[in-house]
Amino acid sequence: MEIDLSQFSQVFFEESLEGLESMESELLKLDISAPDPEAINTIFRAAHSIKGGSATFGFVQVASYTHLLETLLDEIRDGRRKMTNHHQDMLLLSVDLLRNMLDALMRKIDFCDPLLEELQQKFSTELNQDSTPLLSTEVEQKDDSAVWQITFKAGTDILRFGNDPILMFAELRALGQLDVVLLDTPVPDFTHYDPEGCYLSWQLTLATAQPLSQIKQAFEWVEDECEITYEALDQKSLEVTTPELAIEVAPQLENLTTDTPATKATKPAAITQKNQESGSIRVSIDKVDLLINMVGELVITQAMLSQLGQQDEIDHESLILMKQGLEQLATHTRDLQESVMQIRMLPISFAFNRFPRLVRDIGQQLNKKVELVLKGEDTELDKTVMEKIVDPMVHLVRNSLDHGLETPEDRKAKGKRETGTLTLNAYHQGGNIIIEIIDDGAGLDTAKILKKAKEKGLVNPDEEPSEEAIHQLIFKPGFSTADQVSDLSGRGVGMDVVLRNIHQLSGNIDLKSVKDKGSRFTIRLPLTLAILDGQLVRVGSHTYVVPLVSIHESLQVTPDRINRLSEEHQVIRLRDEYLPVIKVFDQFNHRADANEIKDGLVMVVDANNDKVGLLVDELLSQQQVVIKSLEDNYSKVAGISGATILGDGTVALIIDIAGLVSLAGINNKQDHAA
Amino acid sequence: MKKILAVDDSASMRQMVGFTLKTAGFDVTEACNGDEALNAAKNGSYDLVISDVNMPVMDGITLIKNLRTLPEYKFTPLLMLTTESGTDKKQEGRNAGATGWIIKPFNPDQLLATVNKVLR
Repeated sequence: MEIDLSQFSQVFFEESLEGLESMESELLKLDISAPDPEAINTIFRAAHSIKGGSATFGFVQVASYTHLLETLLDEIRDGRRKMTNHHQDMLLLSVDLLRNMLDALMRKIDFCDPLLEELQQKFSTELNQDSTPLLSTEVEQKDDSAVWQITFKAGTDILRFGNDPILMFAELRALGQLDVVLLDTPVPDFTHYDPEGCYLSWQLTLATAQPLSQIKQAFEWVEDECEITYEALDQKSLEVTTPELAIEVAPQLENLTTDTPATKATKPAAITQKNQESGSIRVSIDKVDLLINMVGELVITQAMLSQLGQQDEIDHESLILMKQGLEQLATHTRDLQESVMQIRMLPISFAFNRFPRLVRDIGQQLNKKVELVLKGEDTELDKTVMEKIVDPMVHLVRNSLDHGLETPEDRKAKGKRETGTLTLNAYHQGGNIIIEIIDDGAGLDTAKILKKAKEKGLVNPDEEPSEEAIHQLIFKPGFSTADQVSDLSGRGVGMDVVLRNIHQLSGNIDLKSVKDKGSRFTIRLPLTLAILDGQLVRVGSHTYVVPLVSIHESLQVTPDRINRLSEEHQVIRLRDEYLPVIKVFDQFNHRADANEIKDGLVMVVDANNDKVGLLVDELLSQQQVVIKSLEDNYSKVAGISGATILGDGTVALIIDIAGLVSLAGINNKQDHAA
Repeated sequence: MKKILAVDDSASMRQMVGFTLKTAGFDVTEACNGDEALNAAKNGSYDLVISDVNMPVMDGITLIKNLRTLPEYKFTPLLMLTTESGTDKKQEGRNAGATGWIIKPFNPDQLLATVNKVLR
């Protein structure tokens, strides 16, 4: 039968990656001095499953590598070997290596990493054995045609194990010409007779071209409890195999047969698979059930409405019914929308899971003692957001470990616990998800930051900004507080990039820091990228959407608060700040009712943590809008992040504030506020 | 139609075994661990059980031991999926009452050949 195994390999990849994840987290939690047997078992099972699957699906390299892990873990599991830190390190590195191997297989590229050989060597030394035991390349020997006489005395118990002599004979018959003779064997007397026992013996004569190993396979499962002899009747075979010899050869032959399947698996069975990076998602049954329920409700409402629609005349009563139906339809549509969005929602533990490892590795590297606390791991957020938030989070965590947390000695000197605490916290607030990265380290050194900022000309020499304003400076491009460019940070990826990434997700980041107490970075993100809470504004005949999360306030500005800096640039005074104003119609080249600031409305919005004003004609409603990509449907437009279709069918463009600010040629606050 | 209960904690293995057997015309029920399989076995009747050895909750050996104590499964073929390195396991399985074993890795043909070895 031809079965294409590649159809299962996607599932294999997914579950293997999951297995690696649980391996990693169990390894990280493991108390080396007294490992929990259940944890070791879980790790073993993960390695074991990956090995079994990869061998079956033809991924030989993965199979032979996991074999090493399995052997080591099996010995630890059975108490034949004591778990050490060295083992833990080797296994963690193996997790990384296997991830890369699987990744290469998924992308159909060759895997090449010196680490593989290095680790293989380490395992081999550790296990004191040949590094590739799985892949012996023995070839099945081929005998010439021969006649074998087999006597078979069944064990009394074989029926109780579900074995049946008739089936074994049927298997032999498939190998060649078979004669079966029942031998005259005594049966116990009635008092000792076990009705479920088997007391028979047979003599079988088999003429076959198959080797003895093949014949023996028929009895493979029962050979220990049955008496079986093989005798070659054929002259040719007799020279090599007398009955005594046959028994002597048996163990080797047994090895041979057990090795064969592995050898066969080396055939590239699953390599014909097409490249299918499907980006699948695992959804809990509950969510799907909810969705199906919702659709059911919709269908009922639809039936009700269509029934009403079939009436020729609409009386008052059916009008009321219809109104009710439409209301229901609205509720259900909204519910359905919410449940569909839920499908993309994953618990943030998917992102958090990588941090125990990261923190352990970095902590070791920096000789710092860190305890990682994860909170709110069940908090759900959109898969796309999750994928994009991980990098900024990694950067912030690195920063906290590198710059924030002090060395154990420093902490001791300050009267703190030697082990620092790093907390990752996630929770929902309104329509947003909040992710916090909190450390109890040194906090930001405001004096140093200010000095550096003055050197770089980011702050005027005689200026004395507030502490909060100084903290904000670390988000400026090109700013780094590291005295030296260390291995971990200061590699040209600064906090400005973190800020930019978060802004791209329509989120923002907030920083609170207290000297010697620690820092807290708060990332606020929309739950999904597909829907946006927007403020609709009118500029001339056009409607734009401004993300609600960026809006501070909207106001009419009296002429005495407007200052003209140049032909294009005007600022307004708002309390004790001066804000540049961008005329939206100007940037997008169309007409508006209000050409001057005093005639229209100024909407104060957040752009890269600076405030700017947008001049618009009128505020319309606030509503949730479904974001359509402009890039996919048209092309990328500066200052616009996407589009949406309004209830009346018109298209409204969604303003990308950061993009608009750069389009307007406003660099930073200092240019204008001075 | 012969009914087979396939037990494995790995979804890809289960799918592969299930698909192969279904394609060959068997009625296949899948279970994720020994405990689940034992319940399924008690609530239905199967002509053959194929079980992985290493599984959470209840492993394959324990499953086989438990099945053999049930009158309905006294003579039923019970096969275990084992690895080439699991010589001890094979013996352990035999002692528990396993009919035989299929060695991992295997291909669909090998699986079917083994199944046909125990089903009439």
